[in-house]
Amino acid sequence: MHKPFAITLDIGTSLANHTGSWRNERPVYVDLMPPCNHACPAGENIQAWLYHAEEGDYEAAWRQLVTDNPLPAVEGRVCYHPCEGACNRGQLDEAVNIHAVERFLGDEALKRGWKIEAGAPTGKHVLVVGAGPSGLSAAYHLRRLGHDVTIHDAGPMAGGMMRFGIPKYRLPRDILDGEIARIVDMGVTIELNSKVSDIPGMMKDGGFDAAFVAVGAHLAKRTDIPAREAGKILDAISVLRDMETDEEPPLLGRRVVVYGGGNTALDMARTAKRLGASEALVVYRRTREQMPAHDIELEEALDEGVILHWLTTIKQIDGTTCTVEKMKVDENGWPQPTGEFETLEADTLVLALGQAVDTSFLKTIPGVAITDDGVIDVDGNMMTGYPGLFAGGDMVPAERTVTVAIGHGKKAARNIDGWLRGEEPATRADARVAGYERLNAWYYTDADKTVQPALNLIRRQTTFDEIHGGLDETNALFEARRCLSCGNCFECDNCYGVCPDNAVIKLGPGKRFEFNYDFCKGCGLCAAECPCGAIDMVAERM
Amino acid sequence: MTQRIKFYQTGTLAVGNRLLDEENRTVQSTPERNNSLTSGHRACQGCGEALGARYVVDVAMREAGNKLIAVNATGCLEVFSTPYPESSWRVPWIHSLFGNAPAVATGVAAALRAKGRVDTRVLAQGGDGGTVDIGFGCLSGMFERNDDVLYICYDNEAYMNTGVQRSGSTPPAARTATTPAMGQTKGNVFGQGKNAALIAMAHFIPYVATASVADLHDLEAKVAKAMGMSGARYIHVHVPCPLGWGSKPCDTIRLARLAVETGLFPLFEAEHGEITEVTPIRHKVPVEEYLRPQRRFAHLFGKSADTHVLAAIQQMADRNIENFGLSG
Ligand SMILES: Cc1cc2nc3c(=O)[nH]c(=O)nc-3n(C[C@H](O)[C@H](O)[C@H](O)COP(=O)(O)OP(=O)(O)OC[C@H]3O[C@@H](n4cnc5c(N)ncnc54)[C@H](O)[C@@H]3O)c2cc1C
Ligand SMILES: Cc1ncc(C[n+]2csc(CCOP(=O)(O)OP(=O)(O)O)c2C)c(N)n1
Ligand code: SF4
Ligand code: SF4
Ligand SMILES: [Mg+2]
Repeated sequence: MHKPFAITLDIGTSLANHTGSWRNERPVYVDLMPPCNHACPAGENIQAWLYHAEEGDYEAAWRQLVTDNPLPAVEGRVCYHPCEGACNRGQLDEAVNIHAVERFLGDEALKRGWKIEAGAPTGKHVLVVGAGPSGLSAAYHLRRLGHDVTIHDAGPMAGGMMRFGIPKYRLPRDILDGEIARIVDMGVTIELNSKVSDIPGMMKDGGFDAAFVAVGAHLAKRTDIPAREAGKILDAISVLRDMETDEEPPLLGRRVVVYGGGNTALDMARTAKRLGASEALVVYRRTREQMPAHDIELEEALDEGVILHWLTTIKQIDGTTCTVEKMKVDENGWPQPTGEFETLEADTLVLALGQAVDTSFLKTIPGVAITDDGVIDVDGNMMTGYPGLFAGGDMVPAERTVTVAIGHGKKAARNIDGWLRGEEPATRADARVAGYERLNAWYYTDADKTVQPALNLIRRQTTFDEIHGGLDETNALFEARRCLSCGNCFECDNCYGVCPDNAVIKLGPGKRFEFNYDFCKGCGLCAAECPCGAIDMVAERM
Repeated sequence: MTQRIKFYQTGTLAVGNRLLDEENRTVQSTPERNNSLTSGHRACQGCGEALGARYVVDVAMREAGNKLIAVNATGCLEVFSTPYPESSWRVPWIHSLFGNAPAVATGVAAALRAKGRVDTRVLAQGGDGGTVDIGFGCLSGMFERNDDVLYICYDNEAYMNTGVQRSGSTPPAARTATTPAMGQTKGNVFGQGKNAALIAMAHFIPYVATASVADLHDLEAKVAKAMGMSGARYIHVHVPCPLGWGSKPCDTIRLARLAVETGLFPLFEAEHGEITEVTPIRHKVPVEEYLRPQRRFAHLFGKSADTHVLAAIQQMADRNIENFGLSG
C-alpha cells in the first residue's frame, strides 16, 4: 500500500488497546438490602415499590408491595413504621413518609378494584385458625402459591384485633373490609363463629396437609384491686370489642380511669373521650419513657386531652373514688412505693394491663411447647413441635403488632409451601444492609417531607372519623421521589457518565448497565459517584 | 448556567435520571453520545482531563451536527490519545505544536471559510501549560481577531505530561516538581500566576466561561451555548489529575466538586467582557476538605504545618465567594 512520506504504519483505533489489563480492582453492580426493607417486619421491598411509584406507575408499585404484604391500606394506617426509623433519608433531612405512600397505594387499589390472582393449583389444602392479620396473611400467601385454604375463626367477623381492638378513628372499617374481601376473592374460605378446639383432629378429618394457627392474645390480664363498694371495673379488650359488636356503645360514665401504659390503654382512653367522657385519665406505674405505647400514639392522646399520671399505682376503688399511690424510680429503674396517697374521681376503672394467649387447646397437642411467657414456641421456620403445624402473630414470642403478624403469616406460608414440597424457601442473595456511609448523598436534591392532613381537634374528640388524611397523586409522587434508592441502582446514569474510559455500557430503560472489562482501568469513579451505593469495588486476583 | 431541577430524587445533579424530561438530560446520559474520545486511550486511571474532553467534544459534536474539526496542543490529552499509529479520536483531529494550537485553529477556520465550508466548526483544546503559558500569545491573537474558534483549556494546574512542573495556573502552596515543599515557603508561591478566564474576558470576546467535570449539566449547557455563537469563545474547564495532585483516582470528581464548593474554582459565564451568570455554591465547605486528600498539599497538614498558609487559601476562597457572588 502506498503511504505518504515518513508514514510506515496503518492508522488504527485505540480500541485495539485493552486497558482493562491495568486494573487491580473491578467494579461490580450489587443489589443490597435497603435499611427500610431490613426494618420492615413484613419484609416489604419498600425501595422496589417506591421505584415504581417514582415513575407514577402506582399499579406496578402496588403489585410489588403486595408480593409481601396483602393489607397495604390497613398497614399504611396502623403500622408503627419501623422502616421510617431506619430510613437513610432521616440522616439527610427527614425520613421518607413511607407509610403515607403505602396507604395511598392501598387506597388506590381499593378505589380501582385491583385484584390478585391465586397461583396454579397444587392440590394441597391448608387449615388456618384465626382470621386476624396473621391468619389472613398466611391464607393470602398460600393462595398465591396455589394451595387451597380454609380459615376458621371464633369471631363473628374477620380481622381479629384489627377490627376488635384498633378503633375506627385510626382504621375505618370499609378499608379493612375492602382488603379482606380481596383476599376472600382469591378463593379463601372463611368459616366465622367457628371456634377451633382440636387442631390435629380437624386436620385429620378435613384432610388438611398442614395448618397455621394464629389465634392472637385475647385474655385480658387482671390485677387484684380491692373494691369496698361495688366500683365499676371493666377490661379494655372487652370494651373495645363491644364497640364493634354491640348496638349501644358501652356506658363508661363521665370520668374514666384507664390503668396501663400500652397502646391499648391509650386507645381505650381516646375512645372514652369520644364516647363523651369529660375526663379520661391514664394511670401508669412507671415513667413516660418506660411506657410501651408508641410516641405517636401518646402525642395524639395528649393532643386530644387525655390526661396521664405516670409513676402511679391504683390501690383501691370505692364507688366513684380511686385511691392511688405515687411511685418513685429506684437506682435500677424500678418503680417503688412512696407511701404518698391521692384520690381520683372515677365512674369507671378500665384495666388495660396486657393480654395473654389462650393456650388451653394447644397444650395437649403432642410436641407443642409453651414458653415461660405463656406463648407458643416455634422454630426458625415458624413450625411448632407438631409436624405440619405452624404458628404466628401475637401467640408466638415476638413484638405484638399487625405488621409482625403479617410477616409471620408470610414466612409461615412460604415455609409451609417448602415443607409441603420438601424444599427450603429461597432467600435474598445479598443481605448486606446499605448503610448511609455507602451513599454519595451530595446528589440528592433538598426536599422536605410531605405532611398528611389531620382532622381538627374538636372532631377528633367527639367523633370516630379517621384522624389522618391520605396523600393525593401529586404529593404521593413527590414523596416517593424522596427515596434515595439505597443500595439499588435507580438509573441516574452517573456511572455511565463519569467513566473516563467509556467502560460502562447503558442497556436501556429498566435494564440498567454493564461494565466493559476490556477497557475498565479500575479507577473506581463510578463506585465513588454512584449516589445510592450500588457499585462495589472488588480486588482482582492477580 | 443551567437551572437546577429539584425534587426528582437527584434532579439535575446526576448525569441523567430516568425521571427527567428528555430535554433536561445530558448528552452524556444518552446511549447515542459520540464518545469522541473513545476507549483504549492511555490516560491514567481516573484522569479528569480525559473525562472533561469527552464531555466537551461530545456536546460540540452534537451541536455542530457532527461537522467539527478539533485542534490539539501538545500535552497529556494529545499524548495519551494518539500514540502513533493509534487514535482515540472519533472526530477529525489535528496536532501541530505545544504553543500554537490557537494559531492552527485560526488557520483551519480561515481555510474552511475560504472553501465555503461554513457549516463545519472548529474547536481547539489544550492543557493549562499550553494555554495559559506557552500558547498564550497565539491565544490572545485569536481573541483579538475574534476568529471563529471555540477554545477549551483543560486546567489540571500544572504541566502534567512532562512530570508535573508548575504552570501559570498552579495554585499557591501546591507542590510540583519545580516548586518543591521545601525551604521557607513550601510549594508554589503566593501572588503569582494568572487567571486565564478573566484575561480572556479582557479581550471583550463574545463568550467566556468556566466549567468543571463535577457539574456536567452546567458544563454541557455552556459548551452548547458557546457552539451557538460565532467568533472567539473560551471555556476553562477544571480537571483534577490524580497523578499530579497525588489524589486517589476515584476522587477526581469529588475533588472537582470540592474546588467549586469551597469557592476556589468559581463557575461563571461572561459575554463581551461582562459576567452574566454565576453558578451558586450548593453546600459551602472549608478549603481544608478540598486540600487534605491531595498529596501536593500534604505539607499544609501535620505537626510542622504553617497554619497561616491554610488561612491564606481560605481567604482566597472567601474572596471569590464575595467577588463573584457565589453564595446564591
Ligand atoms: C387496642 C389495640 C390497638 C392496637 N393497635 C395497633 C396498631 O395501631 N398497630 C399495630 O401494628 N398493632 C396494633 N395492635 C396489635 C395488633 O392488633 C395485634 O398484634 C395483631 O392483631 C395480632 O394479630 P394476630 O393475627 O396474631 O391475632 P388477632 O388479631 O388477635 O386475631 C386472632 C383471631 O383468632 C381468632 N381466634 C381466637 N381463638 C380462636 C379459636 N380457638 N378458634 C378460631 N379462631 C380463634 C380471633 O377471633 C381473632 O379473629 C393493637 C392491639 C390492640 C388490642
Ligand atoms: C515547545 C515545547 N516545549 C516543551 C514541550 C514538552 N512538553 C510536552 S507536553 C508538556 C506539558 C503540557 O502541560 P499542559 O499543557 O498543562 O498539559 P497537561 O499535560 O498537563 O495536560 C511539555 C512541557 C514541547 N512538546 N514543546
Ligand atoms: S431512602 Fe428509600 S431506600 Fe433508603 S431507607 Fe429510605 S425509603 Fe428505604
Ligand atoms: S498525568 Fe494527569 S492529566 Fe495526564 S493522563 Fe495522567 S491523570 Fe490525566
Ligand atoms: Mg496541565
